[in-house]
Amino acid sequence: MTAPDPAHPYMPNSAPAVRAEMLAAVGAADAEELYRDIPAHLRLGRPLDLPEALPSELALRRHVTSLLDRNLSSEDAPSFLGGGCWHHYVPVVCDEIVGRGEFLTAYGGLWYSDHGKNQAYFEFQSLLGELLDMDAVGLTTYDWSAATSSALLMASRLTGRGRVLVPRTLSPDKGAQLQNFARSAVEIVEVGMETGTGLLDLADLRSKLTADTACVYFENPGFLGILETRGAEIVGLAHDRGALCVVGVDPISLGVLAPPSAYGADIVTGEVQPLGVHMQYGGGLGGFVATRHDPGWLAEIPSLLTSIIRTEDGTGLGYGWANWVETSWVKREESRDFTGTTTGLWTIAAAVYLSLMGPQGMRELGETIVAKAAYAARLLDAIAGVRAPALTAPVFKEFVVDFTGTGTTVAEVNEALLERGLIGGWDLSEDFPELGESALFCVTEMHTQDDLDRLAAAVAEVTR
Amino acid sequence: MSADGFASTGGGAGASGADGATTNRYLREGFHAARWQEPVIMEQGSPGERGVLPPPLEPGIRAAVGDPAALIPSELARKEPPALPEVAQPQVLRHYLRLSQMTMGTDVNIDLGLGTCTMKYSPKVNEFLARSPKMADIHPWQPPKTVQGILEIAHRFGRMCCEISGLDAVSFQPASGAQGIFTNASIIRAYHEANGEGAQRDEIVTTIFSHPADSATPAVLGYKLIVLYPDETGYPNLEQLRAALSERTAGLLITNPEDTGLYNPHIQEFTDAVHAVGGLCSYDQANLNGIMGVARAKEAGFDLCHFNLHKTFSSPHGSMGPGCGAVMVRADLRRFLPRPLVERRDDGGYFLDDDLPHSIGKVRSFLGNLQVVLRSYAWVMSLGAEGLRRVSETAVINNRYLMKRLRAEVPGLDLPYSPDAGRLDEARFSWGRLHDETGIGTEDVERRILDYGVNNYFSSHEPFVVPEPFTPEPTESYSRADLDEYTEIIRRVAEEAYADPHVVATAPHKSSAPRMDESPLHEIDKVVTTWRVWKRLGLQSPGVSADG
Repeated sequence: MTAPDPAHPYMPNSAPAVRAEMLAAVGAADAEELYRDIPAHLRLGRPLDLPEALPSELALRRHVTSLLDRNLSSEDAPSFLGGGCWHHYVPVVCDEIVGRGEFLTAYGGLWYSDHGKNQAYFEFQSLLGELLDMDAVGLTTYDWSAATSSALLMASRLTGRGRVLVPRTLSPDKGAQLQNFARSAVEIVEVGMETGTGLLDLADLRSKLTADTACVYFENPGFLGILETRGAEIVGLAHDRGALCVVGVDPISLGVLAPPSAYGADIVTGEVQPLGVHMQYGGGLGGFVATRHDPGWLAEIPSLLTSIIRTEDGTGLGYGWANWVETSWVKREESRDFTGTTTGLWTIAAAVYLSLMGPQGMRELGETIVAKAAYAARLLDAIAGVRAPALTAPVFKEFVVDFTGTGTTVAEVNEALLERGLIGGWDLSEDFPELGESALFCVTEMHTQDDLDRLAAAVAEVTR
Repeated sequence: MSADGFASTGGGAGASGADGATTNRYLREGFHAARWQEPVIMEQGSPGERGVLPPPLEPGIRAAVGDPAALIPSELARKEPPALPEVAQPQVLRHYLRLSQMTMGTDVNIDLGLGTCTMKYSPKVNEFLARSPKMADIHPWQPPKTVQGILEIAHRFGRMCCEISGLDAVSFQPASGAQGIFTNASIIRAYHEANGEGAQRDEIVTTIFSHPADSATPAVLGYKLIVLYPDETGYPNLEQLRAALSERTAGLLITNPEDTGLYNPHIQEFTDAVHAVGGLCSYDQANLNGIMGVARAKEAGFDLCHFNLHKTFSSPHGSMGPGCGAVMVRADLRRFLPRPLVERRDDGGYFLDDDLPHSIGKVRSFLGNLQVVLRSYAWVMSLGAEGLRRVSETAVINNRYLMKRLRAEVPGLDLPYSPDAGRLDEARFSWGRLHDETGIGTEDVERRILDYGVNNYFSSHEPFVVPEPFTPEPTESYSRADLDEYTEIIRRVAEEAYADPHVVATAPHKSSAPRMDESPLHEIDKVVTTWRVWKRLGLQSPGVSADG
């Protein structure tokens, strides 16, 4: 092959003269000789068939920008989608910090080389511990679904039991992920939804709580947006049968909502994306697991744990990975869960976010969100044939809107909303047929009163 | 010291090194990392300080719904505010900037020591593009017609990954290499279940020099693992493999080149043997960086493979993620991939194909980390086919150059297994002789090199089959001067081990943090993960030990 000329800017040793000297230095007549240990029949023997390169930075930037311009962002059109990835405000300081090259391009550097990264990890754990009122927090994992899958297996190991109870109203994505991840290890049993309220069906829960039940899982708020007001009762039922209770939570709600520890949760999971991370088409997700400060429980957390330690002279503080020997990197085929490259950058973003917001910011934000969601629901509910919230339990930022009474399908409503520059809620009719022509709408601090008024006017118009 | 502040211990600037004649012996003798001694954020600020203000509630909404607090059901209202710090914006910014300065990202050091991690340059233009609101602020459930740009990028990059691997269908849903391997193990399970052999085929074969996730993730699915060890060549032989195979074999999960940097030339005989007993072969391409455009999964007989986009394809490692373990499979295995898949219609539009009844379901919410895919696409577009091949050749040349210098010039360092066979992207060395002769082991060397301004290196995954291992991977991003400087650092530390082992054993001396008492990290009952527990135990004051 001939050398590209000029050299590629990402590769200093692609400069033709340097390359020739380097080849000579390693005693290779040409590049082909580098691969003499790969048998000829395994070599490709032709150039890869790839699009023509755009080595000029400007040309590349224009090309990719022209593709991205075909996306409609939530800045372009107010969106009412949520369901596990939400449009919240990301303070500019969060973007500034996660954009720092030192953090952005760090990896597995240990505590002496990456002291700052490890301190930020510890601060994330400490800040989230306060928000959750929990004593032990691990580093973020892939997403809330992965965190929950891990927590349910953790409960199974801690209790020595093989059955986990999850709500029927789980996000379909989370249910599918849990099924693939955990079905070899535990039996996954669904607990029904109480008709009308959307709460967990307690009679069904009682009937499924057996002596082999490791844990009961529920969420607050749940996938359908409702607040599980009977958390203490559910925890009590689980504990009475010797089972644990795992509760999933949206941390953005915890300035105004009681943390699950207040009603007795043993393990808490959730999603950090609302805490200072852009949606990124779902690329902003990161899950967390929190539990009690107990060595037996800490040892079962599959994600890495950062522990605070002291300098040898006792005067300073340090931070290091604590449970290395318990992770899949060391346990290999003895592993019952695994970790890897997860979401360290979002750990740092969430730490910055909670530091900026403080208790007052989290409370004000929670109040703003709950009020805007209530306002939107009232406007929609006033439209003939529309019910919002269609489930009667209290809600936080998401709620079910039932269009059945309008004779219009969700698909039709959303298509018409899009023509008016609005992205409607998630169509639930396939995954939750019992809810009729319903959609899951999400309202956050990003929506202005004008956005919500526009939504209501558009829905009224398209369902008329 | 020379005029520019570098210490010169011989040789002249710009002289070539690998022939051993003259070398560019620059060392950053005066280096010291930032050491801010920054207190934890939990102890900063004062009551009432604010870092950022959320948008206020419009009066019209307040008038319509009343007091927002009254909308919260009383049994779920938070009674005590969370004990978060209250810190103004300049102090929050300064705090985290200081923490960033005490972190050795690839952007700020010659980060070629982390073998298997493929620490290469993450182009800033790609970061700029990924931060566009057209990428950052889009929701994964938006109607496909409102996200045609990212879908086209995903589809185009998917075709590129298929060409680079030789396989036919792709999913970007796995969010890391480990999740990619897990996905392939899940597909192997689904394949045998679909054939009615799920219960019978309960064994997976891998090698000790493949990533631990090749053992761990099938174990999570309930598989029994058979782990092959190398013979004197550095990789297992065919007889070892055949002895491990049977009608119980579900599949082989293997890296090649393995973490030694050695390419197993019998790999096709391996995949043939596994196929002969009815198993599938999954290729962990963590070490792809030296063979792009040279050797592919298809020709070696693999049915499935994965690429680490946050390694080989330049997306930044992000202080441990987010990443992407792109999974490619043979056409007949497409039906098992995680759903949905990005596909192209005849009219040129892109859509999400969710009609996959045999799919393993989901491994990650939504479609995975598409911002990582965007950066990887931009990286390949910048290089093209010729450039990609040039990346691999340059990575191999850099590795050979570094190896040649290290072997010729560094005392106490050896290269186990097939010393005359050419390593590709990386090499696993051993400090066993140094340890025997000086008492200084790989962990000591790793700490000491920090004092010369580079990150700690990767020794090996556990268990340490090679004694006192050291695994550098000098990717295409490093210049000859970088390689020379790194060689000088390693040589200097090895020489120190013989002349003054104490200075190495007590290192680091010039890092962001002084030496710590690491013993609590090895005892789970000493672990403290939150400041609230640290305070409760009365440990926040200097001089109080964790033993209480």
